[in-house]
Amino acid sequence: MGHDMSEEEIQKHVRIYMFVFGALLTLTVITVAASYLHHVVPMSVSIAIALLIAIVKGSLVACYFMHLIDERKMIYLALILTAFFFLGLLLLPFLTNLDQVQT
Amino acid sequence: MGGNHESTKTDHPEDFDHPEEHHHDQGFWRTYIFSVDHKVIGIQYSITALLFLFFGFCLMMIMRWQLAFPEQPLPILGALLGDGMPGGVMLPDFYNELGAMHGTIMVFLGVVPLAVGGFGNFVVPLQIGAPDMAFPRMNMYSYHIYWMGGLIMLISFFLPGGAANSGWTSYPPLSVIATMGQTFWLLGMVFLITSSLFGAINFITTIIQLRAPGLSFMRLPFFVWAQFVTAFLLLLAFPPLEGAAILQLMDRLADTSFFLPSGLVVSGQALELSGGGSPILWQHLFWFLAHPEVYVLILPAMGIVSEVIANNSRKPLWGYKSLVYSVIFLGFMSFIVWAHHMFITGMGTGMAAFFQTTTMIISIPSVVILTALLLSLWGGSLRFNTPMLFALAFLPMFGIGGLTGLPLGLTATDIPLHDTYYVIGHFHYVVAPGTIFALFAGVYFWFPKATGRKMNEFLGKLHFWPSLIFMNGIFFPMLIQGMAGVSRRLWDGGATYDFAQNVLYLNEVMSYSAWGLGLVQVFFIFNFFWSIRRGEKVGRNPWESTTLEWLAPSPPPHGNFDTVPEVYRGPYEYNVSGGDKDEFTPQYKPAGGGE
Amino acid sequence: MSSEIPYTVDARPDTGLNNVKIGIWLFLASEVMLFGSFFASYILLRVGAAPGTWPEGASILNVPLAFVNTVVLITSSVTMVMAWASLKRKSLSKYKLYMGLTILCGVTFMVIKAIEYNSKFAHHPPLLPSTSTFLAIYFTMTGLHALHVVGGSAVNAYLWGPGSKLWKSDPEMFTNRVEAAGLFWHLVDLIWIFLFPVLYLL
Repeated sequence: MGHDMSEEEIQKHVRIYMFVFGALLTLTVITVAASYLHHVVPMSVSIAIALLIAIVKGSLVACYFMHLIDERKMIYLALILTAFFFLGLLLLPFLTNLDQVQT
Repeated sequence: MGGNHESTKTDHPEDFDHPEEHHHDQGFWRTYIFSVDHKVIGIQYSITALLFLFFGFCLMMIMRWQLAFPEQPLPILGALLGDGMPGGVMLPDFYNELGAMHGTIMVFLGVVPLAVGGFGNFVVPLQIGAPDMAFPRMNMYSYHIYWMGGLIMLISFFLPGGAANSGWTSYPPLSVIATMGQTFWLLGMVFLITSSLFGAINFITTIIQLRAPGLSFMRLPFFVWAQFVTAFLLLLAFPPLEGAAILQLMDRLADTSFFLPSGLVVSGQALELSGGGSPILWQHLFWFLAHPEVYVLILPAMGIVSEVIANNSRKPLWGYKSLVYSVIFLGFMSFIVWAHHMFITGMGTGMAAFFQTTTMIISIPSVVILTALLLSLWGGSLRFNTPMLFALAFLPMFGIGGLTGLPLGLTATDIPLHDTYYVIGHFHYVVAPGTIFALFAGVYFWFPKATGRKMNEFLGKLHFWPSLIFMNGIFFPMLIQGMAGVSRRLWDGGATYDFAQNVLYLNEVMSYSAWGLGLVQVFFIFNFFWSIRRGEKVGRNPWESTTLEWLAPSPPPHGNFDTVPEVYRGPYEYNVSGGDKDEFTPQYKPAGGGE
Repeated sequence: MSSEIPYTVDARPDTGLNNVKIGIWLFLASEVMLFGSFFASYILLRVGAAPGTWPEGASILNVPLAFVNTVVLITSSVTMVMAWASLKRKSLSKYKLYMGLTILCGVTFMVIKAIEYNSKFAHHPPLLPSTSTFLAIYFTMTGLHALHVVGGSAVNAYLWGPGSKLWKSDPEMFTNRVEAAGLFWHLVDLIWIFLFPVLYLL
């Protein structure tokens, strides 16, 4: 992204930004609509749907607005490492909480 | 011989002969206080950290009076220590303040700022052939935010109720209901974490981006690798503690119940709070940082020891690749072992087995590193100067520290040992005759680069030998007391417990050793300041070393090198061609003859 | 001094990156871990709550307002990336337009947030962080996020105003700075993308 881009390249990127914009708005509406389902589906399904949509939205922002889709190896390495530890932070305390000594 | 390098054209030719005299008309403040030069900042960090280390040590020496002579008035000093010691006799709450602040100051204000802020800042740009860090201004901010956080912590001693006294671990609910000093602790931590994050970003970017031409990752001195991994630990492990600190501040100041369970009763009174919180949540968030933090404490030390050993054995480090892969693996594993600090919180056998397993696995890279360093000595022409003595002592001391950690990592044996003096003995072995000895080695080793003079060898040995003896005198008995069942954080050192009576005499042994250790540091302090003015003058490469920092003048000017150095080989080419005479080929010497 | 530091603006050949790009991504990584600790806390507090005591977000919180805020932030992310693209097209005026819109969105977000918070405080009885663990984590997470919106907007305002002078003397450095600010701003949006469903919809 440091190099000078031609006008066509920029136009292509702008089209992608607009498409992502539309997708994000649509997904936001869908996620709110899906939340009304929680009366009919179990909680775990609600959570799964909400997180899945959020992950898709987040990925669009990361890949296209933050240009991650054509970033360099160094950045990917740092982020993959972070993702791994992020998941550990989220999951391990939760799992420890689930597996408690029964008194 | 690859020693001296002819100076070439530069912007400030007068800098090289008299680097300390160059005049940039920046004024006192910009030159000494708000400098953006990594060397000045490194020295600032080092001096501030050494002062904090000294202060934290003093706190412990006062604690050891109480432990050796429970409830006896402390002569002279006791009267000066205020409400915490009425009539010179220590109150339990004050003991707890000393304990909590000793730990906090040593770890966060002393060792890490010295190891990373001091040595890292000064040496890394020089060792990679860079003119400075990638973000010099952010480096300056890091330092000032650090000492401000430290000041906040120190001020807390003067608050009503005194400083934080809930352990360096600040476990709720106790820490939530503690006096104002705890709030200052939390605020101080926010400052320190911010400083640390800026530093980590700087180190990682610098090492990736500013390596000199020819300096590939696998040609880096091991010290740089150690700092690189350490920076990642700081970057990714500190934020959850910042989050936890925010939550605890909310509990203390906004009456939330993040860490307070329902139905909590304090001194007979039920707390009128929403409840529903979890003290264990704090422990998870705290140890998520605090475990990687202990590797932050040891990794730079291993780096320093590696440099000193390679240089003073006059042969390449054994197993460079295994050292690098081990330190990377160690850094990675350090994020998934933390709950071995929480084995007795009621976790079931499944998760306990998980953390026990990861903990056992993480001992492997440590052993690889220690073994590689030991093997590096084999067949070497050892030079027993002061830095080498400290580096050599590090090996068995860290060995004891590491081995004593094993029963703590195994759940079954941890249960009787948790929160006893055994734990204190274990971690002090690693950090005190471990890391701190390595830091001493680093001071003696790089002092000539920073000042252009060597420290005195005789005084160095007077510093080393008694320190080694006293360190063991303090910490070995702790292992014994711990196995006897003496709990940590007891204001009376276990005096009221029947089962402890047989090992109580060790309290006096430890205290005398502690005061002895304090006394012999005088040799170091005197040597340090005396040598700045009167030490033996040296040139660029007094230790006949191969790494890039010895190419620059002693001390280096702004920008460090005459021209951008080029690197032609790995970092430890000592006596590789196997002749009779001691020879070495610096990294920056062009291949095949010619300077 | 800074001109001596290589790769501040130009990319280093083997990594393909300049220093600012690496620096900002590392900072973002630390922010991910920071907010990660709050999400982890949310999980532990929720599963640890006595059955039936953890409220549904929608029963206490204002979903329509938060929905509007979500749209505002998404829009601001588009305008932010368009601001950067305008600089790539060498148009300072278009940049100022889009960056101005981004700042406006940030301000709008904060106004709506203030309305939201105020309605909680003015409620009878007042809904405060101390009222329940749910409200505690709600206020803390959205509050910290809001601080990031404020901080990001301040940086954006600087780059719109006095900071934009750099365009004249070093357009490439200025573009990189705007890109870095943009990456931070997108992260702020990204965090909200997760905060919104977790707090309001579950």
